[in-house]
Amino acid sequence: MDISLILKMAADAEPHRVGLTCDGRHWTYAALWAAATGAAVEITASGCSHVALLDTGSEAAPIALIGAALATMPYCPLNYRLADADLAALLTRIEPAFIIGDVDRVKKLAPNSGHTVFSRYDFVTLAEKAAVPDREAGEGESIAVQLFTSGTTAAPKAAILRHSNLVSYIFGTVEFGAAEPAEAALVSVPPYHIAGIAALLSSIYALRRIILLPAFDPQTWIDLCAREKATNAFVVPTMLSRIVEMLDAASNKPDLTHLRAIAYGGGRMPIELITRALELFPDTNFTNAYGLTETSSTVALLGPDEHRAAYGSEDPEIRARLASVGKPLPSIELEIRDEDGKVLPPGEAGEIYVRGDQVSGEYRDRSALIHGGWFPTRDAGFLDEDGYLFLSGRADDVIVRGGENISPGEIEDVLLTHPSIADAAAVGVPSTEWGEAVAVVISLKGEHPGDAEIKTLIRDRLRSSRVPERILVVETLPYNEMGKLLRLEVRRLLQTAG
Amino acid sequence: MKPGIKLKSAVCDTEVLVIKAGGAGVVSCGGAPLVEARTGGKGAVDPAFADGTKMGKRYTDAAGTLELLCIKPGTGSLALDGVALHLKDAKPLPSSD
Repeated sequence: MDISLILKMAADAEPHRVGLTCDGRHWTYAALWAAATGAAVEITASGCSHVALLDTGSEAAPIALIGAALATMPYCPLNYRLADADLAALLTRIEPAFIIGDVDRVKKLAPNSGHTVFSRYDFVTLAEKAAVPDREAGEGESIAVQLFTSGTTAAPKAAILRHSNLVSYIFGTVEFGAAEPAEAALVSVPPYHIAGIAALLSSIYALRRIILLPAFDPQTWIDLCAREKATNAFVVPTMLSRIVEMLDAASNKPDLTHLRAIAYGGGRMPIELITRALELFPDTNFTNAYGLTETSSTVALLGPDEHRAAYGSEDPEIRARLASVGKPLPSIELEIRDEDGKVLPPGEAGEIYVRGDQVSGEYRDRSALIHGGWFPTRDAGFLDEDGYLFLSGRADDVIVRGGENISPGEIEDVLLTHPSIADAAAVGVPSTEWGEAVAVVISLKGEHPGDAEIKTLIRDRLRSSRVPERILVVETLPYNEMGKLLRLEVRRLLQTAG
Repeated sequence: MKPGIKLKSAVCDTEVLVIKAGGAGVVSCGGAPLVEARTGGKGAVDPAFADGTKMGKRYTDAAGTLELLCIKPGTGSLALDGVALHLKDAKPLPSSD
């Protein structure tokens, strides 16, 4: 059984209900299903090997997602924010692909390639014309979605999610048709993120209308939320930070009381921010979701009652749970293990391992699952006595800034090109706005170049998101006897320096 | 029978997806065993098994070893060895997407 069943059931049960609103146009479940069946016809006829989306969120995303399933081809949404060279490399890896979106960019980056490229408008028009809505849902058991991870030091990994993973996730976490007719979920996460895909499938299966916001901006989010009377929303912490800031500054606060539930995930949520959000939205249910691409989205969650209980508690242990990601889903097994693979008791930090039908742990070239089907997440954390999961960073030190994974290595490499810098370490430090921000600690072999010059160097060579918010100069960086940089010590240096 | 396969009623429009396959025993809908593909015309629904199936609902036996998800509703009702399956209680999780 494949993921097309999810939309087929919605279209069979409530064909005339609006399932998607985007740019002022409404799509019923029947219309989405019809377009997906037509997309499948065009995709199959193209003879390609992948379906790619190089576009912001729109109706083309669910139509291509389900159309690809019906055509038994992997759906591979691409990050349109990538630099040209990085995107060109990914385009080569999925050739020949049926690509929807930025036609000019594909032509520029992959001239003379075997790709078949359509603009969003042309794709949707073609799909509607070729519709065969009477067809059944697909029976494919192969790859549903291929997502390129952000990539750290090496080339991005092609994580794959099989139909069985995604279907298990949806059936395990969502009750069919659970939403009341007036419910609508505001979706502002990009389509190439696992949260963007999970949002589409979960909302369709719940029969909850999706309101798509193609490009996030706090004012647009607030306006759209108010205009469409959104009842649910999913945001990453950085988005919530900007929304809260905007609302705090607004002299004429918009009425958002219809917003019954806000779910968030995708990065560290600063406790100051969630506390302020709970004050600003006193009647809204907050849910913190923790998950990874490789686990088909959520594996643990902190529910609304737990948020309010922690928020209102005097007990420091219960109050601390506001900073946890809650408990593992009933359909998931979760363990904390040490470096030797030994399962650790509550309170002890180690690497998070998960197991379950929704967990793929699989990449295009290899499976990362170990003995017994467990997936080592590379995330570090611990469970408290009552089973609440607390994250303590990436096991491999990646800095997660506003949902974007940043490898310390790339920043350090650039710093070391400066003639005055002897040694450098980049680490993530807590940031209210970004979850984590970049901080660097350097030692010198000449005159201090000055913070401005260092920042300019990073901005010019990398991207603005890599520019350090803090720069600390030390005599020497801390290493262990094996010559391995002690990043924990580096963080302590920053803490001590204030 | 194994998880993930689709089965149809021989006597009504019901279609189910197997979530948990359970043990031995005959699973029926409307009084007739479920089939992978319908052949010829539909028979009649046994009035003793005519409560109907509901779209998107899960049906399970008393032991909880068999679980079927209705992906197309019909007029027949589901049973294991002649004992009616019951609706599984939904324990809804807060929406996390």
